[in-house]
Amino acid sequence: MGDGLAIVGLTKSFGGLQVARDLTLTLPQGSRTALIGPNGAGKTTFANLLTGVLKPTSGKIMLDGQDIGSLNEAARVRAGIAKTFQITNLFRDLSVRENLRLPILEREGCTHHIFRRADGWRDIEAEITELMLELNIQSLADKPVRDLAYGQQRLVELALTLAVKPKVLILDEPAAGVPSTESHLIVEAIKRLPSDLSVLIIEHDMQLVFEVANRIIVLVNGAILMEGTPDEVVTNDRVRELYLGAAHV
Amino acid sequence: MTTPVLSSSPRRAATSLSVLLPSVCVLAGAALAFLMFPYDLSFLTRIVIMMIFVVSFDLILGQAGIATLGHAAMYGCGAYAAGLIALHLSPDPILGLAIGAVAGAVMAWISGLILLRTHGITLLMISIAMTMVLQEAASQARWLTGGADGLAGITVSPLLGLFEFDFVGQVAFIYSVSVLAGVLLLCQILISSPFGLALRGIEGSASRMRAIGTPVYRRKVTVYVIAGAIAGIAGALTAQVTGLVGIEVFNFSLSADVMVMLILGGAGRLYGALIGTLLFMVVHHLAASVDPFNWLFVIGFMLILVVFVLPKGLISLPTRVTQLLRRT
Amino acid sequence: MSLILSIVVDGVAYGMILFMISVGLSITMGLMRIINLAHGGFALLGGAAVHLLTTHLDVAFIPALLAAVLAVVLLSVLLERLLYRHIYGFNELGQVLATIGIVFIMIATVNLFLGSTILPLGVPASFTTSIDLGFRTLPFHRLVVIISGLFVLAGLWLLMEKTKFGIYLRAAVDNRVAAASLGINTPVVYLVTFAIGAGLAAVGGILGAELLPIEAYYPLRYMVLFLIVVSVGGLGSVSGSFVASIGLGILDTAGRYLLPGLGTIFFFVAIAVLLALRPNGLMGRAQ
Repeated sequence: MGDGLAIVGLTKSFGGLQVARDLTLTLPQGSRTALIGPNGAGKTTFANLLTGVLKPTSGKIMLDGQDIGSLNEAARVRAGIAKTFQITNLFRDLSVRENLRLPILEREGCTHHIFRRADGWRDIEAEITELMLELNIQSLADKPVRDLAYGQQRLVELALTLAVKPKVLILDEPAAGVPSTESHLIVEAIKRLPSDLSVLIIEHDMQLVFEVANRIIVLVNGAILMEGTPDEVVTNDRVRELYLGAAHV
Repeated sequence: MTTPVLSSSPRRAATSLSVLLPSVCVLAGAALAFLMFPYDLSFLTRIVIMMIFVVSFDLILGQAGIATLGHAAMYGCGAYAAGLIALHLSPDPILGLAIGAVAGAVMAWISGLILLRTHGITLLMISIAMTMVLQEAASQARWLTGGADGLAGITVSPLLGLFEFDFVGQVAFIYSVSVLAGVLLLCQILISSPFGLALRGIEGSASRMRAIGTPVYRRKVTVYVIAGAIAGIAGALTAQVTGLVGIEVFNFSLSADVMVMLILGGAGRLYGALIGTLLFMVVHHLAASVDPFNWLFVIGFMLILVVFVLPKGLISLPTRVTQLLRRT
Repeated sequence: MSLILSIVVDGVAYGMILFMISVGLSITMGLMRIINLAHGGFALLGGAAVHLLTTHLDVAFIPALLAAVLAVVLLSVLLERLLYRHIYGFNELGQVLATIGIVFIMIATVNLFLGSTILPLGVPASFTTSIDLGFRTLPFHRLVVIISGLFVLAGLWLLMEKTKFGIYLRAAVDNRVAAASLGINTPVVYLVTFAIGAGLAAVGGILGAELLPIEAYYPLRYMVLFLIVVSVGGLGSVSGSFVASIGLGILDTAGRYLLPGLGTIFFFVAIAVLLALRPNGLMGRAQ
């Protein structure tokens, strides 16, 4: 397999405003990296640059040695970069099973079929069941997503993203809006993610970050302030001042 | 990458029967209507043709969530194409239908390439504007379309070379019902296919579909072309059955009526399209025979009622009533 | 030369009418995000009321105009409170359908009482006279329309730029959630805006009856035209509506004069191309 995601000198500016400045970092295969930073630090912009929603002004995005910087959104998903949505973005009228069927059909290149049944691929159906078991949502299989609790919807959100079998998974505030009584479900689900998957977590909740990440990148004003283990980050004076300090006031 | 294999689940036999269900229901209903109203066959035929048209609109609005107010464009192209073929080339009805389908599909493809890049109000506007351009073009190109007088005297040869179209309209009715049954079967297969699921996904959240790697625009164009072909078939049937094609096939009110019928019955379900069309046409027939303008009162109040009380259409009435009863 | 002048005068007069009728639609679409297909109905009702007052009750034109506009404003307030307030919350399709329903009822009502023929307005004789500008004559009616349009533009400008209501309105168009959180009473802003828009539509309908004759089907016949002005001008923009109205008025008039027969095709093709290139209109912002 390849050597993960390498980002070299990634820069994005809107007019005169630089929202990403010369970002260089790597996400080795199987790493658990968290991206933190105050509001407006450019976390979402960075995620959008990775997924292709935004085009970088300059810089390279290499996935397993291939430059994917010029690909569009759909092509990057196929290349192996997937992201969960900050605000749950699901097919509310479809059942959980149908929600998961869509990305798998798409990944297998089946959604152009008009004269075959959508549930007619046995291995795809088996994969859906397996995925639901992995996230412990199999009891919800036939419920429409609109009827689920928010925490459950976040799990479906995660399952939907995993279903495209990404190499790099970007979790954009996976616990946002989830009541604290349900947030342990999310943490457990993240801990159970396949070990060969590179995970990038964008999150405000430091508790969650410390529980799941083994590396933390601190972003301020579109640039990397520091990068290190959770212990290194909490003990860094500038980070305490800039981020943790501000968050605890 | 796993290679997809077709499963042979035990449910398969049952589900392939359910694909036939709407067509069977329609055939049974039509047989009943044929026996009960033998002297209203031409009106019944109009309803059946309208059902085909509304079902085609359900594919784009109900399944894919694309709201347009220009669906008459494809219907009109199909009608003119079938009329012109019958007048100048061959009176064969099946050939006429095929040509109508092609005309509708081509029109949908050309207009869809532009339309489907836009959303919301812009999409509604461009779809209206395109239909108006077609109407104006049809009215100007007198040498081809007969201008405001339209094409008259369209006759078709016996169906399959065997059944002469009669005065009472028996053959025309059976012919239209058969086409409707075929169209319903096609739509039912399409809806339960991966493509159909992708359409419902696009209706639910186009941004999510993009995020799982679906070429959303291409899927939308495809369904628009399929719906255009079916609308073209409906237009062609009208031309063959009535023997006339006029520029009113491109009327704005036709596009609006189609939308009203679908919403009235319930978008996103084939039965909704059928029930909405039936109700709309019957009420129209009764109200318009008193005074054409009274009809607007009826339809106006019906629309407001549906939007305020039954946003999912008449088809949701049973569940809605039980909901209300349970609450009290 | 005189042809060009005719195109300009007729086109500008036509554009002024489009502006008066459409500007309310544009602001309500920009503010309440509502697709109100019944907006032209206010123009129809204004015209029908003037017809009733002048031809059946022998009221003079100017008082009839004022009474009709007032009646339409009151009706719009009633409709806003009863129906539109709820329609704001519907999705696009629900709005289209509900407002089609409203316009159908308006049409049927006018037909019930006044029939479906063209309704002449008892305009003063002076409207039909021509005035000599030295190098050519100009129908007085065109002049009235152009001057009224300019007054409406100036009035709206003063309202938007110089009054507290204007500040509230612009804030609400910009970001209605933020406006509400700043303590602006948005329901009242909506109501007043809706009523002003309806009143202006009535004025436009009455003054424009010579160019767009009043009859029961009026709101549907010209609906597309009004919506095109709004989409071309960009939602919620007074200046955009004005530029679009005048531009479309001249374009349409020129098309009719110079390319008889092909004018309409030319007009709609131009609009379709423009909207495909600039989906948010000439002055619209990305949504």
